[in-house]
Formats: sequence, C-alpha cells, structure tokens
Amino acid sequence: MIPALHLALVSALLLATAPARAQDMPVIKVEMRDGVILPAVIEVPANTRFKLEISNTGQSPVEFESLELKREKALAAGSTSAIIFRTIDPGTYEVFDDFHPEAKAKLVAK
Amino acid sequence: MIGAFVIAFREVIEAGLIISIVLAATRGIPGRMRWVLLGVAGGLSGAALVALFAERISDAFEGNGQDLLNAAVLILAVVMLVWHNTWMSRHGRELAGELRAAGEAIRNGQREAAALAIVVGAAILREGAELVLFLYGLVASGTSGADIQFGAFAGVGAGVLLSAVSYLGLASIPSRYVFSVTSALIIFLAAGLAAQAAQFLANAGVVEVLGQTVWNSSGLIAENSWPGRVLHALVGYTDRPTALQLAVYIGTIAVMVGLMQWSAADRRRAVRPA
Repeated sequence: MIPALHLALVSALLLATAPARAQDMPVIKVEMRDGVILPAVIEVPANTRFKLEISNTGQSPVEFESLELKREKALAAGSTSAIIFRTIDPGTYEVFDDFHPEAKAKLVAK
Repeated sequence: MIGAFVIAFREVIEAGLIISIVLAATRGIPGRMRWVLLGVAGGLSGAALVALFAERISDAFEGNGQDLLNAAVLILAVVMLVWHNTWMSRHGRELAGELRAAGEAIRNGQREAAALAIVVGAAILREGAELVLFLYGLVASGTSGADIQFGAFAGVGAGVLLSAVSYLGLASIPSRYVFSVTSALIIFLAAGLAAQAAQFLANAGVVEVLGQTVWNSSGLIAENSWPGRVLHALVGYTDRPTALQLAVYIGTIAVMVGLMQWSAADRRRAVRPA
C-alpha cells in the first residue's frame, strides 16, 4: 500500500469532480449564538453528501461538536464555516456547543 | 467563570499530558529544554496562525482543509514518536547511565530531541488552535466580564500546573525504569494519535472503508466526561470507535513493538562481538 500515491489519486479525483459536486450538494444552515443552537432539530438528508453551514452570530466563540458523528468545528464570533458530510445513516444524533455546555441540539437524518 | 475555567483547563491538559510524557522520555539528553521550548514556541505560533486563518483553512480542498491539516499534523507526530521509540530501544540504556560510553548516543540525542520538539509543537498546534480561538474571543469581544476572563486564564494556569505535576510524577520513576514506562506510554499515545488521524482522513473522504462503528461504550465511560477526556489524551480512547480507527490503532502498536524488538536485537548483535 502506498498512502502518498493513494492520497494523490484521491485528491486528483476530488478536484476533477469538484464543480459538479458543489452544485449538487444540499446546504443546511445552522446558527449558533452564545449558547443557543438554531434550529434545535437540524434536519438533514441521510445517505447522501451534504454541507452543514454553521454561522456564529453571537458575541462569543463556539464549537459545534458531535461525538456520534465524530465532527467538531470551532468558530470565532461572527464567522461562518462548513462541514461536509459524505454519508450518514438515518437516525438522530446529539450535537452540542463545546464552549457552551448547556447548548444542545439534535441532528436528524432522514 | 467556572465554565470558562473548565474549558480552558481541559484544552490545556490535552496537550500538556503529551508534553509531560515527551519531557520524561527525553531525560538525560543534554540541551533538550532548548528543543522543547522551541517546540512550544513553534506550536503556539502555529496555533495562532491556524486560529487566525480558520475560515480559509476550512474552505480549502473543497471544505476538507481543516481535516486534512489535522491529519497531516497528527501523522507527523506519530512518525516522530515511532522513530523515538525505535531509537530509544537501542540507546535508552546508555542515556539511563548504565553504560558510560554514551558519546554517540548524545550526538544522536540532538536529533532525537529535535524529533520530540516536533511532537510538542504538533500537540500544541492541534489542541492550541481551539484554545487560542476561545481565549481571543473572550478578550476581543469585550462583552465577557472580567470574572470570565479570569476564569479562562486561571484554567490555563491550572492545566499547566497539572501537566507539570504529571511530569514530576514520571520523572520521579527510578532512571532504570523511566524509559520503559515512557516507551510504553508513547506506544499508546502514538496509536491513539494515528487513530485520530485516520478519522480525519475518513471525514475528508480520503479513506472510505471500515466506517462502521465497532462498539459503543459511552454508557461506561463517555468520551466527554473527565475520565474519558484524560483517557482520550493519553491512549486515544474513543467511546464509539470505527473499524478503521481500531485497525489503525492495533496496526500502529504492532509496527512500533516490531521496530523496537528489531532495534533492540540489532543492538545486542552489535555489542556481543566487542
């Protein structure tokens, strides 16, 4: 196994197919504001690629995190960033703000 | 204030525990403090840069920039740890002072200390970017009260203190045994970092196999509980490992133990005819 070669091939593949994908991919928006996650139930498509666009509209830094989905993203106040999900199984997943432990939401994949 | 203290504290100990092991593992190498401080400085500047350009990094490579960067940093640290343990199984006894003909070992020790400085830098870069974002956010927003800021910086101080205590604990192990202990700790540390790197590559879509979850022990030790977080930092504990993470974890341990055996045997062959 040659990981470097594998990486190069996959990167080339990703670049080659990138434009088509960027258009196809559904974008789901999430807003985080000083300990509140909106919407409280985030509905996303299951078994398909999608983009979760997270905006921090509050005054303090936030960290979107899901242990079940093994994803985290820290965001400074006023910034927006995205997590690309390749495929997730149908189901309900807990998400929280690691910088505001009281803030919780559910991500539901259908 | 308590919330800010806890967040800052736990982010610091995740990197701090790694650094305390590295410090104990380089005991006896002259000039190692210089290397370690270089690693700390490099890691902190790197973390500040990552926090500053977080959005741009995240958007790179079709939105996979952050995952790929994290994977690269972790893989670099793993390679250095593997090399460290392989080298140590050959030269550890000389550094422990049992053999006095350690001249060559000390010259090699400079490269060794440099390798571990990279590990220190990588650990701080990986964990520090979030902390920088958090602390800078508190100070820059101007809306958080002085008590919250105090809590955050007290958390940093307490994290550094706990890391120092764990280093002193490791350093108090008799020199004959200290390298056996640090080598064992580093095997699990490296395996845990390698498994994390594998998950980042899976998140970025570079690896698309073995994605199924093998078990769920979140009821036993939740990953975001205190024991879970400490075990995560030390041995890479995760409460819902994927088959890929498990395979990489076990594979890393097997490769490291194999290389250490080979290196120790190589040493015995070299010593016997003399």
